[in-house]
Amino acid sequence: MSRTDQAVPTRSASSLLPTQGAVPRRDVGGRVFSGLATFAGISILVTLAAVALFLVVRGWPALTTPPAVLAEEVSWFPADATMLSFVGPILFGTLLAAIIALVLAVPVAVGIALFISHYAPRRLASGLGYVIDLLAAIPSVVYGLWGVLWLAPRLYPLWQGVSEGLGFIPLFTGPPATPPRVVATVGVVLAVMILPIITAVSREVFLQTPRLHEEAALAMGATRWEMVRMAVLPFGRSGVISASMLGLGRALGETMAVLMILSPGFTYSFALLLAGRHQTIAANIANQFPEASPAGVSILIATGLALFVITLTVNMTARWVVARRKDFSGAN
Amino acid sequence: MSSAQMTPRSDATDLRELLTRGDARRKLVDRLMTVVIYGAFVLALIPLVSLSWTVVSNGIGRLSPYFLSVSMRGVFGGMDAGGIYHAIVGTVLITGLATLVSVPVGIMVAIYLVEYGRGRLAAAITFFVDVMTGIPSIVAGLFAYALFALFFGPGVRFGAVGSVALSVLMIPVVVRSSEEMLRLVPNELREAAYALGVPKWLTVVKVVLRTAIAGLVTGVMLSIARVIGETAPLLIVAGVIDSINTNLFSGRMMTLPVFVYRQYSQGLVPCAPDAADCIATINFDRAWAAALVLILIVMLLNLVARLISRYFAPQGNS
Repeated sequence: MSRTDQAVPTRSASSLLPTQGAVPRRDVGGRVFSGLATFAGISILVTLAAVALFLVVRGWPALTTPPAVLAEEVSWFPADATMLSFVGPILFGTLLAAIIALVLAVPVAVGIALFISHYAPRRLASGLGYVIDLLAAIPSVVYGLWGVLWLAPRLYPLWQGVSEGLGFIPLFTGPPATPPRVVATVGVVLAVMILPIITAVSREVFLQTPRLHEEAALAMGATRWEMVRMAVLPFGRSGVISASMLGLGRALGETMAVLMILSPGFTYSFALLLAGRHQTIAANIANQFPEASPAGVSILIATGLALFVITLTVNMTARWVVARRKDFSGAN
Repeated sequence: MSSAQMTPRSDATDLRELLTRGDARRKLVDRLMTVVIYGAFVLALIPLVSLSWTVVSNGIGRLSPYFLSVSMRGVFGGMDAGGIYHAIVGTVLITGLATLVSVPVGIMVAIYLVEYGRGRLAAAITFFVDVMTGIPSIVAGLFAYALFALFFGPGVRFGAVGSVALSVLMIPVVVRSSEEMLRLVPNELREAAYALGVPKWLTVVKVVLRTAIAGLVTGVMLSIARVIGETAPLLIVAGVIDSINTNLFSGRMMTLPVFVYRQYSQGLVPCAPDAADCIATINFDRAWAAALVLILIVMLLNLVARLISRYFAPQGNS
């Protein structure tokens, strides 16, 4: 191989070797290799830009065609709707489902993260973290199947109780649909699905709490919970916020569980326990895409673009918070 | 003398009571929060256990060598027949092609970030790799569709489109894990290679990658496990079909997760009361069995990945 030929001119300071007198040969392999690596790196940026570009190009016809024409060509596009009034309800449904998931998941995830970082025996901690990560390994379609065939019937009594007890709040207007293929059930399943990511990020942040803060709190006689409340939680607050936003990003884009569980409808309704009121962007795409005409595809891609922009914003904000935090933390 | 000793002792108990009066409440709160935090963990185990149990108990009945070795071609109604061979073939081919695309790209990006990248470009790439891990899978599917529709016209559906969609989801995962592994390679090894006059790129190929190989393989297997269960993008770009298709570049292709969804969405079969060969819940049964196979594959990949990283980890001492 040409290994020594290249090695000598680039690195050797020795004048004993016979090739030394010549002009140092250029390191062709090195250039090709670093060029390839740089190219691969840039391809990441290009791919992201291409995703945005293609969605815009393909979704553009739906934004420029008059709604009346769209309604004529696409059976499921309401006759008197515009693109905006079509996207509005499903965007609302997407946000609603994701927010329910977030409200349910964050307290539990913070609890689990604290359990693993500060409560569980040290030796078990990493193993327990792995158990939670298993939740992330389960495919979303299996969550959907489990959610609709196993969980939904078992949630019905709970929803019934909630609507009887708290029915005066518009959120819980009853009677709940049966089987409860409603946005509240979807929220529960999404909450389970986003638990692992929120837990993982929060756990990392909690583990970075400066040891001295914790020991100072304990030395002043604080109980373990007071130590957590005074030292760990304030230190980890921004980490938990960005972890929640990452979870929100996941919940916004989740397709299969919503598609399989939710009985769809296109309204702005806060009634979480009623069926046929909500739909999410992702589930709507998966539902209509296989049989859509070119105009229909264009409408769906335009809604996909909206979803892309929202998740991108949420994720970028979350990553930005994490990155900024890293600079301040003394742990690394 | 004894009374003199008694007095301060009773003072001490008074003092202790004074100092610890609030403690009962604080202790209670502490206990309560401990219970709540243990409870949160147990709460998270409920879906994990119930999901595993439901899938195993519902799926095991239909799982048989027959189920694994036939397709759904010619199966209709409540027939006690049909299997997932075509879906397994599709999943292996589509995920395989996605892996072939993602692994070299992902590892090269990781090499760039660890060995070459400096300044703003590297910072931007790191940031956008993180952002890319959050792209919704359905959006990746729409992107792949839009890309191929440009060349093949609207309504394009074949396996390779699905592979492209999966690659978009897989590359950032590979980059993340490979980057972590490459950073674990001790700098002394690189310096030793440089000292022997080995150029940088050969150091990377022959020293760094070789040292990190177990970690890289683990990362790749975990990323395969991540995308093998993706349903939404394959549903819209690879389509649905009942027979075996081994050509990635022509015709629709069934995959395991899409099969689960497809069977579920077909719902209960109306059976005549005297029909001999008709099972009303046959579609759900097949969905559960396919879900079981899918979970087994994912868990197997996870397990093997962990074993590799445990047994083949570099034995270095730095």
